[in-house]
Amino acid sequence: MDFLNAIVALSNFVLIPALAYGSQLALGALGVTLIYGILRFSNFAHGDTMAIGTMVAIYATWALQGWGVSLGPLPTALLALPVAIAVTALLLLLIDRGVYRFYRGVKAVPVTFVIASIGVMFILNGLTRLFIGPDDQRFDDGARFLIHPRAFREATGLAEGLSIRTTQALTVVTAILVVAALFWFLRRTRTGKSMRAYSDNEELALLSGINPERVVAITWIVVAGLSVIAGVLYGLDKSFKPFVYFQLLLPIFASAILGGLGNPVGAIAGAFIIAFSEVTVTYAWKKVLTYVLPDALAPEGLVQFLGTDYKFAVSFIILVLVLLIRPTGLFRGASA
Amino acid sequence: MTGQRSRIALMFGLVAAAIIGTGVFQSWNLALAILNMGLVSAIMAMGVNMQWGYAGLFNVGVMGFLALGGLAAVLVSMPPVAEAWAAGGGRAWLALVLGAATIAGLIWLHRRLPPGRRRWWILAAAGVVGLIAFRALFGPAVDAIEDVDPAVSGYLGGLGLPILLAWPVGGVLAAGAAWLIGKTALGLRSDYLAIATLGISEIIIAVLKNEDWLSRGVKNVVGLPRPAPYEVDLQADPGFVDRATALGLDPVEASSIAVKLIYAGLFAVVLIVILILAERALNSPWGRMMRAIRDNEVAAGAMGKNVKARHLQIFVLGSAVIGLAGAMMTTLDGQLTPSSYQPLRFTFLIWVMVIVGGSGNNWGAILGGFLIWFFWVQVEPMGRWLMDVVTAGMPEGSALRDRLLASAAHMRLLTMGVILLLVLRFSPRGLIPERPA
Amino acid sequence: MTQPFLDAIGMTGGYGAANILHDCTIRVGTGEIAVIVGPNGAGKSTAMKAIFGMLRLKHGRIVLDGENISHLTPQARVAKGMGFVPQNRNVFPALTVQENLEMGAFLRRDDIAETMEQVFALFPILKDKRRQAAGELSGGQRQQVAVGRALMTKPKLLMLDEPTAGVSPIVMDELFDRIIEIARTGLSILMVEQNARQALEIADHGFVLVQGENRYTDTGRALLADPEVRKSFLGG
Repeated sequence: MDFLNAIVALSNFVLIPALAYGSQLALGALGVTLIYGILRFSNFAHGDTMAIGTMVAIYATWALQGWGVSLGPLPTALLALPVAIAVTALLLLLIDRGVYRFYRGVKAVPVTFVIASIGVMFILNGLTRLFIGPDDQRFDDGARFLIHPRAFREATGLAEGLSIRTTQALTVVTAILVVAALFWFLRRTRTGKSMRAYSDNEELALLSGINPERVVAITWIVVAGLSVIAGVLYGLDKSFKPFVYFQLLLPIFASAILGGLGNPVGAIAGAFIIAFSEVTVTYAWKKVLTYVLPDALAPEGLVQFLGTDYKFAVSFIILVLVLLIRPTGLFRGASA
Repeated sequence: MTGQRSRIALMFGLVAAAIIGTGVFQSWNLALAILNMGLVSAIMAMGVNMQWGYAGLFNVGVMGFLALGGLAAVLVSMPPVAEAWAAGGGRAWLALVLGAATIAGLIWLHRRLPPGRRRWWILAAAGVVGLIAFRALFGPAVDAIEDVDPAVSGYLGGLGLPILLAWPVGGVLAAGAAWLIGKTALGLRSDYLAIATLGISEIIIAVLKNEDWLSRGVKNVVGLPRPAPYEVDLQADPGFVDRATALGLDPVEASSIAVKLIYAGLFAVVLIVILILAERALNSPWGRMMRAIRDNEVAAGAMGKNVKARHLQIFVLGSAVIGLAGAMMTTLDGQLTPSSYQPLRFTFLIWVMVIVGGSGNNWGAILGGFLIWFFWVQVEPMGRWLMDVVTAGMPEGSALRDRLLASAAHMRLLTMGVILLLVLRFSPRGLIPERPA
Repeated sequence: MTQPFLDAIGMTGGYGAANILHDCTIRVGTGEIAVIVGPNGAGKSTAMKAIFGMLRLKHGRIVLDGENISHLTPQARVAKGMGFVPQNRNVFPALTVQENLEMGAFLRRDDIAETMEQVFALFPILKDKRRQAAGELSGGQRQQVAVGRALMTKPKLLMLDEPTAGVSPIVMDELFDRIIEIARTGLSILMVEQNARQALEIADHGFVLVQGENRYTDTGRALLADPEVRKSFLGG
């Protein structure tokens, strides 16, 4: 019985949150890694792209809620996604036209792109604050729980109630669908293959008649989709706060680098490694251990390796270790 | 050469005019506040410029080094809290030494043990044992310290020394951290160094926010000793009041201006000393070599230059300058507020200063520091004025009007992004470009 | 030779101010194999790039099948029937063999299955490895992928820049056999070769370049027989 309780507690506080968080990071890291693979720079504006896309989704959600539209148990924000993706894609294409395309033309070094992306980061951050302000926004509605802890306790008789929030389940399901669609696109469609070809060998792609501007434009559109979905899922699961989205840049980059920049499979693996490490290291294991260990050995303290505020340290330490031991990432990236 | 000299004079003339204009049209208090923070910003920009402009190192952890400087101000100048030291100070430091020894031991083991899976198991086991021992010693000590009068102290305090001493100490602290980071992250690709430094700066801020025994965390350390007299003391000094009234000034305003002038003088001295040293370094064989490495790392490496060692040198030096500026800033503020450290303001804004001013040129970095700081402060009133004009015709209390008026506060980030992109696009070498070696 | 299929006349140009090519002329007849040989730094690859439009010419013009294509971009020249196999980085290493071939046919809108079968017939090993990433193949197999990729556009002129660089002699012979086979189908072939003797043996025409100029131009057999050419360029 205690063992089952321990598993339920572990699921509630470690497995499920880490799975949801890992899914959100994976979608973010896929965007970063695609930009790196095609445009060959680390996009510092990615966190703020997620923020501004989510902001559009929030306004669209509020409008839909105002008109009385609802998805029943699912959050209305899902209906707002297409609008938000379209607006964000348009914005990214405009930015590419106004900022990055010039540097592609003059064949600027990657770090120039990075500095330009810092400028874009300021602008997107400013716009987000201008329109919605720096404060917390909540926009989730629909059913709160997929599995309610009390119902679970009553049904099973366990002391611990399994809790799966709708947003958590939604996050994981959506992420799986999006990743499946992305990989189908990259591996099965002519356009997707041409993107991989361009990322793999730019010169030869040109010789084969692949139009680089088209590849870049499609990349931005795909990135818009990924970052808006990642941002909305994160916002539904936790809450929307522009600064938090900016801070997500660090774990997202850690995931992408961990998996080898430019490698989509690696980005997903990296995201889950980062998410599970963060949650495991910052979780207070007292409850789980109390169930599992005999009474004599029950821990006195919280058995928490690091405070939750140090979660960045976890991504960072994993990142540094990987960079030291295997600089191309766990999976070979496009960086070599 | 003369062309550039007159360009420098013109640019600095414009900045001076902008600050004097602020004094004439707004208030001298504000003008001096801009000047003071402009001086500190210029020093920060010089530090970043050493790393980026001289050596091409992409450091986006500026905020962390500034915060270390701020921590130095607390650790040097605040009086020690005897009770807290008695409660657990010794134990806390012993635990930290133990923690450091664990890490050193792990590195030693890693070197001594033969490679293979066995090595990782031993390392992991040793690490866990070290961590448990550290936590067992550290946890209770910290609790004891933080229980000492938590409303006013709850931390160990500092050394009670003059705060001016904190400035070089801030530099040393930042240099030490930079050495550690540089040892591991330099030599990696520039994107990786960027992410590594970004991570380190977030961790430093997390430490300041959470380690209450060290920095009081989010409860802040207020009332740092000052290198200048207090305004109230000046106002109570009959001699000062007489002189102020003789000059036709209100004593209250005069006291505030006098204090700011003292700070300005101190900051200017530091700025000039660093500028002289930096200019001499840049134009020395060492500086030329640094730029040669920046422009062609492979060729320089092939010529037998130890690229990594040189990079480490300049990374540590630049970070020391940033740490010094961080200590000066905290001195100026008179308090350490860890939650106020935000990367956009304390890392990326400094980068805007360097890029806009002109990387590779000390004068450019200084100009960028003043200019961007001026805009950072003044964009908000400018935006408000603009919004006042725009909304003048709108009815009082309309939602759009309120929205627009409130938005003025957020104009500055937008403006900084636009300035950075415009300069990068149309004057990529900055307003005062690097001189050819 | 009557109207040659490719007629690159009087090419003069280089990357910067200095010219690498000086009034260099290269011709390839329909269904012929033409080979450019010469010492290192003679401008062999540069001539190839100039023909493909990757180098701006100061003088000279490129005529393909009677049409002046001097002003076209490399991509447009692909559409006109040129296929180019660069010397280095000539496959997409992370893409499978089949995807490499598909990318070769990127500009085509018609059914490419037949062409792919032809490539597989020419290089049977590629059919077995069609699902493998090109980067995992051996050097010789990678060259086959590279040639196959260029063939996917159904070019009328196939240009190969040192196709045998870095492969073993056995693989080289095999590759040359395939090239002869390709030429028999009516394709014109222009290649730059380091292995001058072997290349001239299969060549209808040879161009010996020295410092960007035509030094000797003749049939492959005649060049091989010429004692001067043998002494200076073929190692005796």
